[in-house]
Amino acid sequence: MAELNYREAVAHGIAQEMRRDPLLVMLGEDIADAGGVFKTTVGLLDEFGPERVRDTPISEQAIIGAAAGAAMTGIPTIAEIMFSDFIAVCFDMIANEVAKARYMTGGQISVPMVIRTANGGGSRFGAQHSQSVENWCMMIPGLKVVAPSTPVDVIGLMAASIRDPDPVVFFEHKSLFATKGEIPDGEIVDTLGTAAVVRQGTDCTIVALALMVPRALEAADRLAEDGISAEVIDVRTLVPLDTETLLGSVAKTGRLYTVEENPRLCGWGAEITSIVAEEVFWDLDGPIVRITTPHVPLPSAEALEDLAIPSADRVYDTVVKSMG
Amino acid sequence: MSTDRAEAGRYDFALRPPRPPAPVDHGNEDLPIPLETRVEMYRLQQELRQFEKRAYDLFMQNLVKGTSHLSLGQEAVAAGVAAAIRPDDYSFATYRGHAHTLARGVGMGPVMAELLGREDGLLGGKGGSMHLTSVEHGMMGSYAIVGAHLCIANGAAWSAQIRGTDQVAVAFFGDGTTNIGAFHEALNFAVVWKLPVIFVCENNLYMEYTPSDFVTAVPHPAADRAPAYGLEAVLVDGNDADAVYEAARKAVELARSGGGPSLIEAMTYRHGGHSRADPGKYRPDGEVDAWMKRDPIPMYHQRLLRLGVAEGQLTEIQQEVAQRVDDATEYAKASAPPGDAALMTDVWADGGSAWRN
Repeated sequence: MAELNYREAVAHGIAQEMRRDPLLVMLGEDIADAGGVFKTTVGLLDEFGPERVRDTPISEQAIIGAAAGAAMTGIPTIAEIMFSDFIAVCFDMIANEVAKARYMTGGQISVPMVIRTANGGGSRFGAQHSQSVENWCMMIPGLKVVAPSTPVDVIGLMAASIRDPDPVVFFEHKSLFATKGEIPDGEIVDTLGTAAVVRQGTDCTIVALALMVPRALEAADRLAEDGISAEVIDVRTLVPLDTETLLGSVAKTGRLYTVEENPRLCGWGAEITSIVAEEVFWDLDGPIVRITTPHVPLPSAEALEDLAIPSADRVYDTVVKSMG
Repeated sequence: MSTDRAEAGRYDFALRPPRPPAPVDHGNEDLPIPLETRVEMYRLQQELRQFEKRAYDLFMQNLVKGTSHLSLGQEAVAAGVAAAIRPDDYSFATYRGHAHTLARGVGMGPVMAELLGREDGLLGGKGGSMHLTSVEHGMMGSYAIVGAHLCIANGAAWSAQIRGTDQVAVAFFGDGTTNIGAFHEALNFAVVWKLPVIFVCENNLYMEYTPSDFVTAVPHPAADRAPAYGLEAVLVDGNDADAVYEAARKAVELARSGGGPSLIEAMTYRHGGHSRADPGKYRPDGEVDAWMKRDPIPMYHQRLLRLGVAEGQLTEIQQEVAQRVDDATEYAKASAPPGDAALMTDVWADGGSAWRN
């Protein structure tokens, strides 16, 4: 058992898999010599060498394209897109090429690759370096979408993503990099498509992802002081989606709250909300409530960014108000 | 062409001066290309020509739906490159990819059935004309978003580099591709990583409906950009299979020996419009005629006769190909449309499409 932070867990997870599979390679901007702009790849160049950990130009299309071409010809790849906002400059590669290759070739082409990217707000970087864009990827058939909230989940879900024969977009949250967690010894491999009930409860279900998970947990602690027993679910992977866990919880508690960092329209919580409304409507004891970033670009100033992204206070207040 | 652009509030491209082909370079006859390779390139050009003509006829009969981009007139590029690479090399094409698929030895029947949207199609009816792929033939796909596959071809070349094989990857693209970002990213990346990749521009003078020189800063959209990335500017007659073969052979040799990427710009012309719906009326009078006279196939036919191939042998090839095109057409017509179940397969590696439990 060792303690690692979320940032260290990224390199730990990648290293575990690169030791296992000598063909696995990674590429991205500033990932090798510099160890990544967020220092998530520190030590990988030293251990695995420049043939397996390669720096690239600032060319996101070339990065994803190279990772895809290698993956479809026998070399599994990990491509880093420095900030998830930059997915927009290579979205053709991700949405049109990587995601659709298998289907449109009648199953001939496999693209076993992981696209890692730093996602989310809290760093005061403004509208083009702070977004939560997991929903951009969730809407594309052919992509798996993962967003861990703890160091141990980073390692286990990283391993599962790398071992998955389909393309996975892996969102690492910038504001979680410093958070610490206990890491068991030995190989850690998790399972995609499994949500985690991170706090048991009976009165309501709060569903959260990535940075929103610790905030939901904090809100649940305070709700408990008020006599409201909240169950908190960490979705962990949006595609595949563990609807069994979600539906089971809502059927038990009768109340659903989603806590989403993405701006409101077409956020991942809307999909979960619709599934719940279609399938366990008669188990609901009140309206479903979505707690999201408002539908605005993210501002830079501390005061405004904190106002925009759901906080533990906002989750607490919203639940109290609607259940009161 | 700067005046054209300056005056172009409203511009009729058909009124521009025609851009005729260069004359045939008969010196290419003396290139040291084995006669059997030349006969093979003739056969390939016949296959591509006759197949594409049939594909056009089937559009007219409304048996092929959707759109389709034919390589009529551009066969020498596909044939010349295909003859210069090995069966284990990789090729990547654009949506104008029928020729590049067939040139790798993919059966005409499955390709035709794919155009007709049938279950025996190369892709089971899921890809259609613009996504022809046959991994077992090294044909790694036809990509319908301009420029993307140059970056993906880099990856296949990188993979060969990692695995320590001497395979090469070839990416075919049009003149229009040279103005999209992915082209420039791909070239720079390939050079920096010294990848065994060959970029082959089929310059047919029109990006889609617009003459490419009207929208491009330099006269030769690919070759003139190559030196900016440290590559040699290679310009060849794309209507002469021998010229294409020779340029491709050199590029392949360089790539296999670890010398990195090359770029070839092959000048050619499409006999028809951009796609099914396009009659190509934007082309000036005389231009199409001039290029029809430089049709790569009759020229090559004459060359082979001069090199001592018997007329009878060429006739036999034409007839044999015609029979195969007929057979492929019958095969495609006889195939059923895909069953409903096919809709929901092949999203994931497990064969299915489930996104939830």
